Amino acid sequence: MSHTPGSTTPGRGPSPVHDIIVIGGGIVGSAIARELAGHAVSVALVEARSDIGDGTSKANTAILHTGFDATPGTLESRLVARGYDLLSDYARETGIPVEHTGAILVAWNEEELAALPGLRDKAEANGYHHSRLIGADEVYAEVPALGEGVLGGLTVPDESIICTWTTNLALATDAHRRGTDILLDHAVTAVTVADDITTLHTRGGDVHGRWIVNAAGLGADRLDALFGYDRFTVTPRRGELFVFDKLARPLVDRIVLPVPTKRGKGVLVSPTVYGNVMLGPTSEDLTDRTATGTSEDGFAFLLGKGERLMPRLLEEEVTATYAGLRAAIDRSDYLIEADADQRYLLVGGIRSTGLTAGMAIAEHVGEMLTASGVVLKERDALPPPPAMPYIGEAGVRPYQDAARIAEDPAYGEIVCFCERVSAGEIRDACHAPLPARTLDGLRRRTRAMNGRCQGFFCGSAVQQLLNDHTDHDTEQGCARPCHEVTS
Amino acid sequence: MTDSRTEQAPPLTLTPDVLVIGGGPAGLSAAAALAPRVAGDVLVLDREKEAGGIPRHSDHTGYGLRDLHRVLTGPAYARRLTETARRAGAVIRTNAMVTHWASGLAVDVTSPQGRFRVEPRAVVLATGARERPRTARRIPGDRPAGVYTTGQLQNAVHLHHQEVGKRAVIVGGELVSWSAALTLREAGCSVVAMVSQYKHTESYGAFNLGGKVVLGVPVVNRSRVVRVIGKPRVEGVEIEDVDTRRRQVLACDTVIFTGDWIPDNELVRTGDIALDPHTLGPVVDTALRTSRPGVFAAGNMLHPVDTADIAALDGRHVADQVVRWLATNSFPHSSAAVPLLAEKPLRWVSPSLLRPGDPAPPRGRLLLWTDEFMRVPRVTARQGGEVLSERRLAWPAAPGRVFRVPWSILRGISPHRGPVTLTVR
Repeated sequence: MSHTPGSTTPGRGPSPVHDIIVIGGGIVGSAIARELAGHAVSVALVEARSDIGDGTSKANTAILHTGFDATPGTLESRLVARGYDLLSDYARETGIPVEHTGAILVAWNEEELAALPGLRDKAEANGYHHSRLIGADEVYAEVPALGEGVLGGLTVPDESIICTWTTNLALATDAHRRGTDILLDHAVTAVTVADDITTLHTRGGDVHGRWIVNAAGLGADRLDALFGYDRFTVTPRRGELFVFDKLARPLVDRIVLPVPTKRGKGVLVSPTVYGNVMLGPTSEDLTDRTATGTSEDGFAFLLGKGERLMPRLLEEEVTATYAGLRAAIDRSDYLIEADADQRYLLVGGIRSTGLTAGMAIAEHVGEMLTASGVVLKERDALPPPPAMPYIGEAGVRPYQDAARIAEDPAYGEIVCFCERVSAGEIRDACHAPLPARTLDGLRRRTRAMNGRCQGFFCGSAVQQLLNDHTDHDTEQGCARPCHEVTS
Repeated sequence: MTDSRTEQAPPLTLTPDVLVIGGGPAGLSAAAALAPRVAGDVLVLDREKEAGGIPRHSDHTGYGLRDLHRVLTGPAYARRLTETARRAGAVIRTNAMVTHWASGLAVDVTSPQGRFRVEPRAVVLATGARERPRTARRIPGDRPAGVYTTGQLQNAVHLHHQEVGKRAVIVGGELVSWSAALTLREAGCSVVAMVSQYKHTESYGAFNLGGKVVLGVPVVNRSRVVRVIGKPRVEGVEIEDVDTRRRQVLACDTVIFTGDWIPDNELVRTGDIALDPHTLGPVVDTALRTSRPGVFAAGNMLHPVDTADIAALDGRHVADQVVRWLATNSFPHSSAAVPLLAEKPLRWVSPSLLRPGDPAPPRGRLLLWTDEFMRVPRVTARQGGEVLSERRLAWPAAPGRVFRVPWSILRGISPHRGPVTLTVR
C-alpha cells in the first residue's frame, strides 16, 4: 500500500521476506546493499530518513583517503587502502566527482616537525610509499597562502577530494538498479528474531528478512541493543565546518592537513570538488545524536585556527557553515562482527574513513556472510553502473556543454546562478530513480542553492521547480504538466 | 566566427559595440543612453527570466524619483526602464548568463538558445549587489526552513506567490529592512521585531516613524542575532544586547536577514580587475572606468547599495564615458590618479579614484557609508596631512543607507600629493 519511490522493482516483484535487509542508507549501507544485490539474493535497504545519505554521510570532509595514517594492521587500515582503489575506479565508471589534489601535512612547531618522520614510516607500514618529507620552503612553494611559521611538511600525493553526496547516491542507485528495495522513512523501532525470519518493526511498517545487516551509523549501537548486545557505545562527535567562497579556491589547491595528535586529526584546510575551500572540522563529543547545529564556540575555534593556518582565507566570504556528527565509538578499529545464530551482522564504528572504505567494507561483509553460511552466488548480466550527473567543478558541467544545450535547451537555462545549476539538472534530479523530494535532497543532487547567495536570487525559483516536478501521482512522472522550459 | 575555437568554445560569436552585463536599473539606463549614440549594437545580457533587476520583485512604491521625476512601484519602474532601453534600440537578452571571460573583452554566455561568445569593444558591468545570507554573516545555530534574505522573500512572495510563515523577525536596520516589512505584511506575516545593531532609531529617518506607526513594527536597537533555533522550521532567534550582553530568545517561525550588501563581483575578480577592499566592487574613477581598459562599471556594485534611481543615473553617466572610449580607445595613465580613502566611522567612498581632467562623478556626488549616526555631519577632506576643505551638511549621516557628499569638497586637491582622506564627525 505504501508508495515509497523505489519500493518495488519491475521484473522482480515485492518479496514478503528478503534474504538480506541492510539497515542504514548512508555510504556504508548503500555500498553493502549494492554489493549483496550483485548476487542471487533479494535485498532491501531500510532507511530511517526520507532520503538516502541524509545522516552522517552528508556532512563530512569529503576526502578520499589513502589510509597513510591509519594504524597499521587494523581492519580499518586494510579496508581504507582497498576502498581507495575500489572507489577511485567506481568514480571513473559512474562520474562521481573526484580530484586527485594531493595533501601536505604541515608542522607548525618542533613537536609536530619531530612527528613527521614517524608518520612517513607509518605510511610505509600501511603500504603507502609516495610520501616525502619536505622543508618549509617547499611547503610555501606548494601553498604560498599559508600563514607564517611553517617548519616543514610531509606530502601525501594521492590523498584526494571526492563528492560524498554523489558517492552515496551512486551506490544506492546502483543497488536499486540491481533490484534492492529501498524503503525510506522506515526507522526501526523494534526487532523480533524468530527461527528463520527476523521482523523489523519500523515506522513504515514491518519488514521481514532472513539476515539483517546493521549499518545504522549513529544509531548502530541502539539497534545492536535490540539484538541483545551491549558491546559498544556510539558517541556523536560533532564537527563544524566553514565553506568559503569559490573565489578563495586559488588560495588552496590541495589538502592541507595538521599533524595528527592524540585528540584527533585536527583542523584542515581543503579544496572541495565544488570549487570552494573548506576549513574544519571541530571535534566535540556530545550526547545528543540530533545536535547538528553550529555553535559560537565552534565558530570562534575555527576562526582562531584559520587565522593561524591561512589568514588570507578569512578575508573571503563564507558560503556555508554546517555541522556533522561522526559515529565515534569506544574502540580504535572498525567493529564488524557476524552472529550466525541470530543471522545478524554488525557494521559499527565506521568513522570518517567510511566514505573511502565503504566499498571495501561491503566486500568484507560479503565474505563474512559467506563464512556464516549465506550462499552468495554472483549474478550474471548485472545492469551497468549508473552514469551520475556531474556536479563537480573540474570537469564539464551541463551549462558549459554547447552540444548538450543544443539538444536540450533546459541545460542552458541557468536557475541557480552562483552554482550555475540548470533547469534541466533540477528536472532530472526530480525524476531520477532515487528522486529529490526535498530542497535538501535537491541541493545534494545538483548543488542548487548551495552557493554564495544561498537562495537570494534562485531560492523561490528552485522551490517552484521542485514543486512542479514532484507533484506526481503516476509512475511516469508529473501528474500535472511539468514546468515548461522555455527558450 | 572566431578561429581560435577550442573544444569548449561556443559556436557563435556576437560582436556588438557595447556589452552591458546586467539588466537592472543601471544597465538598462546605460543601454538606453548608449543605443542611439553608437554605430553598432548595444547588447544587454541578463541572467534572470525578465530584465529589470531587483525592482521587479519590490512590489511597493517609491521608484523613479530622481531619474524619471515620478514615483512608480518597483515592477512598473522595471518595466518602464526595460521598454525605454528597447525603444532606444538596445538588444536585451534574458535567461542569458555570462559565465566567464574568454580573452580580452570577450565573454562566454550560456542561454537556452545555446552557448555563445560576445566580443564587444566596450563592457559595462552592472551586476548589482546582493544581501549577505545568514551563513556569510557567520551566525551559528540550527539550519531550519524559514530563513530568508529580503531578495529571496520578495521573489517568493511577489513573483512566485509562495507562502511564508506567520511571525517573522527582521534582522537589520537598513532601508531594505522596511521593504521586507512591507512584503511580510502583504504576505500576511506579522513582524515580531526588527533587530538592529544601531543605536539611534533616527537611523531610519522618516521611515522609522512611519514604519513604527503604520506597520506596527517593534524595533530592538543595539542588538544582534547570535543563534538561529528550530528544526525543521524556525522556532526562534536568540539575540544579544551588544552593550549589556543580556540575551533573550524571540519566538518566530521566519527570519529575514536584510541589508549587509555585497556586490556581485565574480566577474570583477575573475577578470583581474582591481577590487576596492571596502565596497568589494571594482575600483572606479569618476568616469566609472575600472582598471581594465574598455571595462566600465555602474550601479550598486559600486555603492552597495544606494536606491535604484541613483543606480540608473550611474548608467546615464557611464554612457558618455563609453562613447568617448569607443571614439578614442584611450585609457589614462594611472600615475596621476589620486586615491580617495574613507576613515572611520566611514566605511567606504565611491568612486575612489580621481584623475585630473576627468568629469564630475554621477550627480556631482561622492557616495559614502557611515557606521555612526550624525544629525549634522561635518565632512573633512585631507591630503598630505593638511585639511583641504571642510563642509557642514544639512542632511544626516545615517547607518543603513548611503551618505551623499557634494563632490566640490575635493576642489583644490593636487594630483601629486597622494591620497585624499575623508572623515565625518
